Amino acid sequence: MAEAAGNAHVGEETTRRDFIYIAGASVAAVGVAATAWPFIDQMNPAADTRALSTTEVDLTVIEPGQQIKVMWQGKPVFVRHRTPDEITAAVRDDYANLKDPEHDADRIKQEDGQPGRPEWLVLQANCTHLGCIPTFAEGTFHGWFCPCHGSVYDTSGRIRSGPAPKNLYVAPYVFLNDTTIRIG
Amino acid sequence: MSGPSTYEPKSGFTRWLDKRLPILRMAHDSFVAYPTPRNLNYWWTFGAILTLCLIAQIVTGIVLAMHYVPHVNLAFDSVQRFRRDVEFGWLIQPMHAVGASMFFLAVYIHMFRGLYYGSYKAPRELLWILGCIIYVLMVATGFLGYTLVWGQMSFWGATVITNILGAIPLIGPEIQVWIRGGAAIDQPTLNRFFSLHYLLPFVIAGVVGLHVWALHETGQNNPTGVEVKSKADTVPFTPHATVKDLFATALFLILFATFVFFMPDSLGDPANYVPANPLQTPPEIVPEWYLLPFYAILRAFDFNIGPIDSKLAGVLAMFASIGVLFILPWLDTSRVRSMRYRPIAKQFFLIFVIACLALGWCGGQNPGRILAQSGPYRATLNWVEGGNVVQRDFSAPSEQQFDDAAAAMRQTLVGEGAEMTMVSRENATDAHAMAVMGGTHQSRTITAGTGEELEVMVQEAKNEIGLAAPFYSVDRQTPMTFTVTRLSQIMTFYYFLFFLVILPILGLRERPDRVPDTIAKPVTAEGGA
Repeated sequence: MAEAAGNAHVGEETTRRDFIYIAGASVAAVGVAATAWPFIDQMNPAADTRALSTTEVDLTVIEPGQQIKVMWQGKPVFVRHRTPDEITAAVRDDYANLKDPEHDADRIKQEDGQPGRPEWLVLQANCTHLGCIPTFAEGTFHGWFCPCHGSVYDTSGRIRSGPAPKNLYVAPYVFLNDTTIRIG
Repeated sequence: MSGPSTYEPKSGFTRWLDKRLPILRMAHDSFVAYPTPRNLNYWWTFGAILTLCLIAQIVTGIVLAMHYVPHVNLAFDSVQRFRRDVEFGWLIQPMHAVGASMFFLAVYIHMFRGLYYGSYKAPRELLWILGCIIYVLMVATGFLGYTLVWGQMSFWGATVITNILGAIPLIGPEIQVWIRGGAAIDQPTLNRFFSLHYLLPFVIAGVVGLHVWALHETGQNNPTGVEVKSKADTVPFTPHATVKDLFATALFLILFATFVFFMPDSLGDPANYVPANPLQTPPEIVPEWYLLPFYAILRAFDFNIGPIDSKLAGVLAMFASIGVLFILPWLDTSRVRSMRYRPIAKQFFLIFVIACLALGWCGGQNPGRILAQSGPYRATLNWVEGGNVVQRDFSAPSEQQFDDAAAAMRQTLVGEGAEMTMVSRENATDAHAMAVMGGTHQSRTITAGTGEELEVMVQEAKNEIGLAAPFYSVDRQTPMTFTVTRLSQIMTFYYFLFFLVILPILGLRERPDRVPDTIAKPVTAEGGA
């Protein structure tokens, strides 16, 4: 009787065969995913690329009023030795009308939270608009000027005018000793 | 559409082959006996032209890959070496570079043809969608190939495009690093781009196979948009379509050859003839001409839409502008296929073509460029001459109360008879106020054509007035301006309006022109005349 009822509804009732289909397909799906993952993950940064993630900079070569560009993780970073005038201007404008308000003291902080030294400013060198590299000591605020779309940054790397939405990003750095910093 | 095969093997060998692999039968049925509408115009020749373009790109590309070195220090030089030192490199490299532009030129004409004559409508929806997939693959391949040259524009174009992916919420930054294979565009990126650039053309070839298959299943559309009714409406593909396609291809090759031989670099950006330099950005980052309309749509969004910030909005709009093509067969509600019989749609289509061209123009311009303005830039300098300057230091009790304290200080000074006051802040709470007592008010108005000119002239005026004024107040009046960005916004708006509003509504409301009886009904008897 039970068998007759089963035949009347072929394909509608759950059978043990359906379970095997679903279980088989699930195992196959996990297998496909597990096989696919290495082929996807290989595109992520390799160990040697990750190993290059810190850069040390010798500060003795940078005179006051100069900056150098160093490569960190394939991206340029500004290391700027600010003059007393530039520091004064940066601190004074902490309370100016800023698009992305931030105090100069917060922008020179080291990665470990220690206060930085006012004369050393370490910033990621890409304009926060579309990633161009601003030119040094140009523009109304004598900080940086982006030639692409005219963003102007002050001596603390804060956006003062133009299309960029944010201040230049601070690069994570620490002082290893008096004359060396490590970025990253 | 194809009907029963009419292929008859002639020789012993072809009879033998036909039993085992009927490949000649397939070729015969597809490209010789295949019935093609007899009223096709020259806009229908671009399928053949595009086939030629794909073959040319693959052949020249394979040759280039024999000499190309996908390494950040060698890639640029290896392309230059190929061009200068390898036998016939001067010919083959420009064929590939110009060929990309020609490929896109042909595909755009092919797409506009499909749009105008309604070739995307039932039963050809899948044919159209396969075409859209080919186009997306072409864009990806073109972008990857442009990066391989490793010039300044290659590098910075790749940087900007991968930055765009970073705008995707939550997973954007991870995807960006995953695509690049590092924190920035570098060796891993170049290497994988080379691999994918070699792969994708063959994927395109595969999808082209499906595209042609679908075409031969539904049959070709024709300029009237009325399905062929009988055999009398068609002619065999060979010789009729073959010869016509060859003639059009010959004309197209003249254009192709003109670029290759006389101005091989004219379609490229000069900045890409400078080796890639991660430490220096070119003054303006623009894609190749064939992607400029999408770049304009990307940059048109300089405002936030609710929770979507401007960058993400631009990215979404750019992808949507291609994505909308995929659902076009269901957006256009008109039962009339060809715009030849749609008098109103025809006009909107013309505006659409103009909008696409205008977007292309906008994409190549500086977005801030002012196209029109309501008047000059104006600034009014106010100062007091001949007064006594008083300086007074003050402190606010806390940072929050600074504004109140400053206002109170100004009020006090004005109460003491100050003509003008100024507050300059020293730190969180301390500031000094300056005031000019007595003296006479002076003012000067300056006008200039642009904002930059105005700032220069204001500075000159200040120098001229010099010490006569201890400080100034400057009122700047900015005129209403119409920039490239604004034009892009209008054109982007029309682009989406055309697909999402005009085509769905117009299809229901428009009264199409009458199709002449000579077209609507077969007048020649089967096999007659």
